[in-house]
Amino acid sequence: MQFHSFTEFFSMGGYAGYVWSAFGVGVVVLVGNLIQPMLHHKKVIKQLAMKIKREQHASNT
Amino acid sequence: MFSLILKRDLLLALRNKQEWANPILFFVIVVSLFPLSVGVEPNTLKTIAPGVIWVAALLATLLSLNQLFHNDYQDGSLEQLVISPQPLSLMVLAKIIAYWLITELPLVMLSPLLGYMLHLSPHAIGCLFLSLLLGTPVLSFIGAIAAALTVSLRNGGVLLGLLILPLYVPVLIFGAGAVVAAQMGMAFNGQLAILGAMLVLALCLTPFAIAGALKIGVE
Amino acid sequence: MVDMYSLQLNLYPPYVKKIMNFNWHTLSSPEWFYRFAGKLMPWLAFIAVLLFAYGLIGGLLFAPADYQQGDGFRIIYIHVPSAILSMQVYAGMAVCAIVSLIWRIKLADVIVRAAAPVGAWFTVLALVTGSIWGKPMWGTWWVWDARLTSELLLLFLYLGYMALYSAFADTQKAAKVSNILLLVGAIDLPIIHYSVQWWNTLHQSDTINLMGKSHMAASMLHPLLAMMFAFMVYTLLIVLMRARTELLQRGWRSRWARAIISREGES
Repeated sequence: MQFHSFTEFFSMGGYAGYVWSAFGVGVVVLVGNLIQPMLHHKKVIKQLAMKIKREQHASNT
Repeated sequence: MFSLILKRDLLLALRNKQEWANPILFFVIVVSLFPLSVGVEPNTLKTIAPGVIWVAALLATLLSLNQLFHNDYQDGSLEQLVISPQPLSLMVLAKIIAYWLITELPLVMLSPLLGYMLHLSPHAIGCLFLSLLLGTPVLSFIGAIAAALTVSLRNGGVLLGLLILPLYVPVLIFGAGAVVAAQMGMAFNGQLAILGAMLVLALCLTPFAIAGALKIGVE
Repeated sequence: MVDMYSLQLNLYPPYVKKIMNFNWHTLSSPEWFYRFAGKLMPWLAFIAVLLFAYGLIGGLLFAPADYQQGDGFRIIYIHVPSAILSMQVYAGMAVCAIVSLIWRIKLADVIVRAAAPVGAWFTVLALVTGSIWGKPMWGTWWVWDARLTSELLLLFLYLGYMALYSAFADTQKAAKVSNILLLVGAIDLPIIHYSVQWWNTLHQSDTINLMGKSHMAASMLHPLLAMMFAFMVYTLLIVLMRARTELLQRGWRSRWARAIISREGES
């Protein structure tokens, strides 16, 4: 380990603001790009299911 | 067929004042805005002149590219061109040459005057003329690709600009770079040579891309 | 009658024959892709997590601080992989665009469309992390460095592609037109990069000290490579996810899609 205490690790040799904001942006982008497609998929499934139901209903009546 | 289309487009454009007058006016006005905004100090104007004139030419091209295929698309003659047995790329070449003669050549001719107004040295003005002479056809060709891609869109104008600008950057860099080099007394054959190479490449390759894009856009 | 072709065929080893006889077009079947991707995704997620863990822990905790930049250099573990991936994704999209235009395989269209937002976000990430890294090292948030400028133009190419695609109502036309734009941009990309680099070397007055990978210690390099592969696997995962959704949207009338919608809709 390069750092001998948690405070040392967190301060990143004085560059804390830069390093952690960069990693923060990275985490936000990566997690966001992971979650958004998953949510979109669920939404699309719901929408298509309703569409199919509507179509079946229309063809039944 | 090639010369037919060339003559037809030239005639149509000459009759429609808006097509050839607007780019010229725009070019002159944009360049004139800069002395008004950054001050009349000759040294400042001299430094920014290459970039300003080149960017103004670029923007004037952008504005007029819409009309390249739009009118023909509206009245259906573009569709006729696409389905005709003649090679579409050849006819596209004719259209773009006509476009360049009408829209860009006046800009190139005016550039020495504007360069003089911005206090460029005669040496640099000569280089400016040459760089625009070589560069504006490249701008026309690359712009025509984007115009062909957006031909069927109703509000394609702004999108056109967004699409083209990254592609125009190399031409701008070498074009303006040549004039900057001329101003500093350095050799500018390299930049002009690269512009010439771009022109040859654009001349040979883009008509096919444009023809392909038109075929897809018109269907 | 035996022709020369089938005579020659018998001389090939069996695995070559298998490859030549395999119906490659099944790979472009949406149903096959949906199922195969669905099976692959958990594995990809698992591998990505492992690679990210190795990269982040190795990079943040174990790599020694840089001689000049101190601990600030650790931004490299986010910045460089995202920059590399932003270009790789564009290259991959260009390849798929060619496949789509030549063989007219709609699945390739779907993959291009699925990959575009991911590539664009990576470009944004590269620009932002690069800017954050630049502030302490170069003293400025932005500089018209050759790479920064080229990366910015790459972002515009991505956005242009996405804008053009969404301008068309018909999916087929949208895909074809924007694929052409993508390819023009791909051809132009090396020209842009070269010209910006040339322009930049004229104006560069201050020396910029970028990390040279060649003289990087293994303890620094390995986490970087791990992060790069982590990003690659992650990208594949996201692209597959998006592609599957797009395939459902396009083919919702077909039997396989309806089966999947009813199955996934219940859970």
